[in-house]
Amino acid sequence: MTEPCVLSDGDLLDGFQRAAFNYFVQECNLTNGLIADTTREGAPASIAVVGFALSSYPVAAERGWMTRADAVARTLVTLRFFWNSPQSEHPDATGYKGFYYHFLDMHSGKRLWHSELSLIDTTLLLAGVLTASAYFTESTPKEMEIRELADALYRRIDWQWAQGGEATVRQGWKPDSGFLHYGWDGYSEATILYVLGLASPTHPLPNSSYAAWTTTYQWENIYDSDILYAGPLFIHQFSHAWIDFDGIQDRFMREKDSNYFENTRRATYIQREYAQRNPHEFKGYGEDCWGITAGDGPGSKTLRIDGIERRLFGYVARGVPYGPDDGTIAPATVLASLPFAPEIALPALRHFCRRYPDVVRDCRIPSGFNPTLASGGPSGWISEGYFGLDQGIIVLMVENYRSRLIWKLMRESPYIRLGLHRAGFAGGWLS
Amino acid sequence: MSLFFQKANPMQHDELPHRTLPIDHDGLTLLDNVHPPAWQNPKPADSYNLVIVGAGPAGLVAARAAAALGAKVALIERNLIGGDCLNVGCVPSKAIIRTSRLYAEMRNAENFGARVPSDASADFSIAMERMRRIRAHISRGDSPRRLSAEGVDVYFGEARFAGPGAVAVDGKALRFKKALIATGARPRTPSCPGLAEAGYLTNESVFNLLERPQRLLVIGGGPLGCELAQAFCRLGSHVIIAQMKPTFLPKEERDAAQILSDALTRDGVEIHLNTEVIAVRTEGGQKIADLVSDDNKFSISVDEILTGTGRTPNVEGMNLEAAGVQYDTATGVLVNDFLQTTNARIYAAGDVCLKHKFTHTADASARIVVQNALFLGRKRLTALTIPWCTYTDPEIAHVGLYVREAREKAIPVKTFTILMHDVDRAVTDGEDEGFVKIHLREGTDRILGATVVARHAGEMINGLSLAISSGIGLRALARVIHTYPTQAEAIKMAADAYNRTRLTPTLKSLSRRWLAW
Repeated sequence: MTEPCVLSDGDLLDGFQRAAFNYFVQECNLTNGLIADTTREGAPASIAVVGFALSSYPVAAERGWMTRADAVARTLVTLRFFWNSPQSEHPDATGYKGFYYHFLDMHSGKRLWHSELSLIDTTLLLAGVLTASAYFTESTPKEMEIRELADALYRRIDWQWAQGGEATVRQGWKPDSGFLHYGWDGYSEATILYVLGLASPTHPLPNSSYAAWTTTYQWENIYDSDILYAGPLFIHQFSHAWIDFDGIQDRFMREKDSNYFENTRRATYIQREYAQRNPHEFKGYGEDCWGITAGDGPGSKTLRIDGIERRLFGYVARGVPYGPDDGTIAPATVLASLPFAPEIALPALRHFCRRYPDVVRDCRIPSGFNPTLASGGPSGWISEGYFGLDQGIIVLMVENYRSRLIWKLMRESPYIRLGLHRAGFAGGWLS
Repeated sequence: MSLFFQKANPMQHDELPHRTLPIDHDGLTLLDNVHPPAWQNPKPADSYNLVIVGAGPAGLVAARAAAALGAKVALIERNLIGGDCLNVGCVPSKAIIRTSRLYAEMRNAENFGARVPSDASADFSIAMERMRRIRAHISRGDSPRRLSAEGVDVYFGEARFAGPGAVAVDGKALRFKKALIATGARPRTPSCPGLAEAGYLTNESVFNLLERPQRLLVIGGGPLGCELAQAFCRLGSHVIIAQMKPTFLPKEERDAAQILSDALTRDGVEIHLNTEVIAVRTEGGQKIADLVSDDNKFSISVDEILTGTGRTPNVEGMNLEAAGVQYDTATGVLVNDFLQTTNARIYAAGDVCLKHKFTHTADASARIVVQNALFLGRKRLTALTIPWCTYTDPEIAHVGLYVREAREKAIPVKTFTILMHDVDRAVTDGEDEGFVKIHLREGTDRILGATVVARHAGEMINGLSLAISSGIGLRALARVIHTYPTQAEAIKMAADAYNRTRLTPTLKSLSRRWLAW
């Protein structure tokens, strides 16, 4: 295979995007459409990863990586599984109240690992379902069935129940203990959750729930940049994978004379600024080496490296500038930054290709690497295998950068438009 | 072997802490200062300008201030002068926190360019001895002899109101023109089944320990729980902390709580958030606690359990009904903004009536009472600017509004944030964890509130409290020369960041034109 660093920008991105998409082909159970959370042995299915997969099939069909018929078939088997899988309070069910458990058995589809009925992961799954509905618009029986199932799945979700009697939605629920103790506090990836919840044709969240959530926002001046703060970069990206926030504003952003697209651009620059300042002197950090977010890490341990005590983490939400930060770089989040700040994301990607070729081998992106942990090469520790969420955000964000396909599809979704309207968004393409 | 010289059974709120004091030289010195065994109550005056019930921080401040101004003052204490702060609160906790910090630094000596001592294991008994010596030393300033010399009649005994204008103590009636209730608060009794039978520590008993508990369960992730969890961990205990909420210090900012959580983990504290202790039992001399986090149930074995789950005001036993003073057993004595109770002649101050139960708010409220009760003052509680600090490492200090509170009041707010890792002195000190966040009313430089997370946040917050209480804006702070290098320079850096936002494109353009020579 050609070395990535010699490719043109277009070919480079095509290579990474297609390699990321191949994850969904390789890690899919074709009998139910479920996608493994990671490539690691025994990994369960992740419903959020399925959402990314459903959103990726239209990309693959458009780019000729998969026939439309194949994309339809994979989508349909997935939607049929979720529609027909057990919904009940039983601990082994697949879901309840229209929501789904975070992790499912790849084969039986039953709940795994005592995982929670996850609101955000169900939302990401639903975003994929609605993307499929928006793309497969032909009048064939199969594409009609996709749209009918998508609508039925959406209508089944009881968003009001998910408030648990509170002003805002809860993060999750478990059959033995009820709602998790905590809700969403501060800016997070939950924007799309509220948009879809507000637009529900059957059990909509009250508009006041979004207002209550955004009351917890903090507008900060960090490194001379005004920003709606959140530490991990994925928070600034996940809702944006489906919704084009460029030029539209809710009440909060109107007050701040900004928008969420611009906010993500600033968050990206803060990542680079932090890496350049490199307060904890991690190896590798610099102008073209940043990307600190949720992801895999070297594991929970404390080591003394070059005379400095380093506390390392496993899979955690790393963030800047407050941390936690253990020197682990997540290259997928750099690719996901392309629509917002390509002028710094592309140089960073090329830097990874040149400096850390074993990290980007065959254009496949691992969850993280940590150059501070010395090993045979400059990359240091490299996460084993690949994670579905990383591959999904790469496929969607590279596509949004290249053609805006997902954004265009979702702009036409009446549910997205209604949810944004109810959340108080106006202006730009919503006008 | 008992961990106490005189071991207490499960604490009851009316149990006197001094019964469990180690009876060593420092213990005797402390008692001699704060409750002299041979003390003889004075003969009451015909009438007092001010009778104060409770000789904790609020009572002491009010007594001294009133006496200094010429008032005839009686001060009644049923237990130890100095209250919780001196005897079982701020003073002993900060003493052992200091020792624990030293051990942490010794173990991390390499981070400071030094060698780790050959033996950096903590000697718990020496740490506690130092704490007792310091407590005894500080107690000298509050002795009844000194108070008497300042013109205060000091009485030991249970105070009971004998009507709207008199208090009975030690069989004597003290008549008053005005009175102050300053009886403080006590640890809230947890309702966990089996805990009382198994026995537990509170701030009223933990400082009497003579031996380090090998395994300590801390119930509650508020200031007390977090401070002592970290201190005991650094002093060598295996500490497990269970907090029902998803973060420690739930009132504080999310980022502050996260940094604290990381710091506790770094030190080796075993953290269980979203976790409730549902039962405790004793087996084979060990305390077994059953915990539940969502649907995960598990048990742990420990030697001691420390609770820090809030405080209950001391309102019982004073016959407040006879004085016409309304109270609530949960929220304390009912007061108006002038700290007047439902009996216009009787006031309250400190933990017995305040939401913010800190020594410095007790002090401030006592000063309000002296002015309002004795000098026709109209000072208001709500006019106070109240900072507070949790003395973990790093410390977490706050003053004024939180962003959430401002937004709930529809006040537009913008925060200027400086990371301690960008502050030279914090870097040279190897203390670069944390931040300074200053919340402004957006579009102005008016400081609404601030949060500081830093090694010495408690010291740094005072400058911001001064600015808020004096109406000094952030722009003005930029003009204040801060000594370099200090960690407090972070505040100046925030002010400079604010000033940079004032440099609009128009101003920049004008400046460039002006400089085109």
